[in-house]
Amino acid sequence: MSRNIKWRREFTGRGLVSLCGMAIVILTLAISVFLLVRGSETFVTFGHSLSEFLFGMTWKPADDMAGGGKVGAALFIAGSIITSMVALLIAVPFSVATAIFITKISPELGRKVIRPAVEIFAGIPSVVYGWVGLVVLVPWIQELFHLPQGQSILAASVVLSVMIYPTITSISADAIESVNPKFLEGAYGLGATRWQVIYSVLIPAAKRGILTAIILGLSRAFGEALAVAMVIGKMKAFPTSLLAPAHCLTAAIASDMGGAMDGGELNAALWSMALFLFIMSFLFIVAIRLIGRKGQANA
Amino acid sequence: MTTTSTGAVASEQNKNPLTQVDASIRHARFSDRLATGALYAISGSFVLLLIAMLSYIMYNGIEAYSGTIFSFTDEGIGNQFFNTIYLVVISLLVSVPLGIATGVYMSEYAAPGRTTDLLQMALETLSSLPSVVVGLFGYLAFVVYVGTQWNLFSGALAVSILSIPLITTTTYNALQALPKGYREGSLALAATPWETIVHVLLPACVQPIITGIMLAAGRGFGEAAALLYTAGMSTDINWNVWNLASPVCPLNPFRPGETLSLAVWASRTEGTTANAGDVAAAASAVLICLVLFFSIMSRWLGRAISRKIEGE
Repeated sequence: MSRNIKWRREFTGRGLVSLCGMAIVILTLAISVFLLVRGSETFVTFGHSLSEFLFGMTWKPADDMAGGGKVGAALFIAGSIITSMVALLIAVPFSVATAIFITKISPELGRKVIRPAVEIFAGIPSVVYGWVGLVVLVPWIQELFHLPQGQSILAASVVLSVMIYPTITSISADAIESVNPKFLEGAYGLGATRWQVIYSVLIPAAKRGILTAIILGLSRAFGEALAVAMVIGKMKAFPTSLLAPAHCLTAAIASDMGGAMDGGELNAALWSMALFLFIMSFLFIVAIRLIGRKGQANA
Repeated sequence: MTTTSTGAVASEQNKNPLTQVDASIRHARFSDRLATGALYAISGSFVLLLIAMLSYIMYNGIEAYSGTIFSFTDEGIGNQFFNTIYLVVISLLVSVPLGIATGVYMSEYAAPGRTTDLLQMALETLSSLPSVVVGLFGYLAFVVYVGTQWNLFSGALAVSILSIPLITTTTYNALQALPKGYREGSLALAATPWETIVHVLLPACVQPIITGIMLAAGRGFGEAAALLYTAGMSTDINWNVWNLASPVCPLNPFRPGETLSLAVWASRTEGTTANAGDVAAAASAVLICLVLFFSIMSRWLGRAISRKIEGE
């Protein structure tokens, strides 16, 4: 091959992959700009205040260009926050326990049985979780608590907790595995039992990784749409009890966007919700980065 | 008098430091066993939960079986099955080249520091985007601005946005994990960096990249929220029409196409047809089969390829 062709290929190849890299950055910027522009229409075009959107209790946007409705999204925001927080409370103990089990108690069982099982859990489509939640969990809750309907925050949280369990488990397991074995050997050498080593050395040492796993789980729970929409009941009321039906940001976008007129106030308010979700997911990334950086500084 | 003195002796014995140590060791051993038991129970119960869920889904899917449920008509889910596969194939055609190229750029060409940081941030942002937000973006960018109807191609692009970060990250990590000698050896033989990438580095990374692609495909099958407003919720195809430009031609990517996961969602929320429950059950079972098949395939394929490359 002549030297010329060789280097021409080099430049073409290099140019091509650089373009692709640039395309990804541009795509991310485009998504951010789209969301910012469409999401800010509620405040710019329709003149609502940010505090009305975040804390307002009345959700009555007009489905036309004229506007003049109320865009208080507090009930959706509260629904999203409460369901994901309760889901975390349920999932974290189980996930961390499983992560400890597959790394320290029985790596053999972990590798052969539990890790593959966790992978399958992670691969199950979210609508299937929603469907099982709807046909199994919702009737259970209804009977157990004698409710008029079983669709509730509790149902949504349980479904979400099963969905985020694999995320938190596998990332915590990686964090636990990367703890310096000398720490553990030292503790064992002092005569500690395995459980003492786990709770007083292993968990504190893997704290940062576990926290990252929890934030990733939270971020997944916060952004999950259809599974939650199927079991939360989609009641446009401020959530008062775990057993009451409620609503959340993602479910509102998924169910109302189809009927909203493009350029109308309802449409703009739904875009603002999407922008809110985007900002939240961005904050989660920043939090994870900060945790990582602090870990580096301490190491 | 005697009783108090024996009591005093007993408490004296309890204060004996050796007995105290003994008690604390016993306590530690007991809690160790208790905790071990609890950890076994928790991990085991999740495996049981998985088995119960999978068998429930499969059982219901089989029970929902009827002559028409898997047919390629309005009553069956055959068309949805075809749409799902077709959509994932199109999305992989977009996301695999773009994802691998970006991974290569990030690992081999981009200046470490600001450029890679920027790309890393972009990828993290993309991968953490809620899929419903991606769907909204796809609706605006690929449907409204293009001035068309809901179609499979827009859906495939939306799914690509979700799978590109995954493929890029696996490619990047695989390239970074290669020993330095691979690059140095190839460059020392006067190969250009591009030749090194194409003939040395990428072939050495085939296994992790394939695993990443399979993972992305598995996620694509189950994706629903991103497709709600991009691929649409209707399917109207005629298996006798093979003119690509026709809106009822199965292979026309610019027609609306409901996927299996959307069928589950639609039949539970809208329930327009009488057999909506059966459709959801059957579609869930087929989805689970697809996902399981792909996760097994990715393991097997990865192992087979690495065996071939490494020569047993």
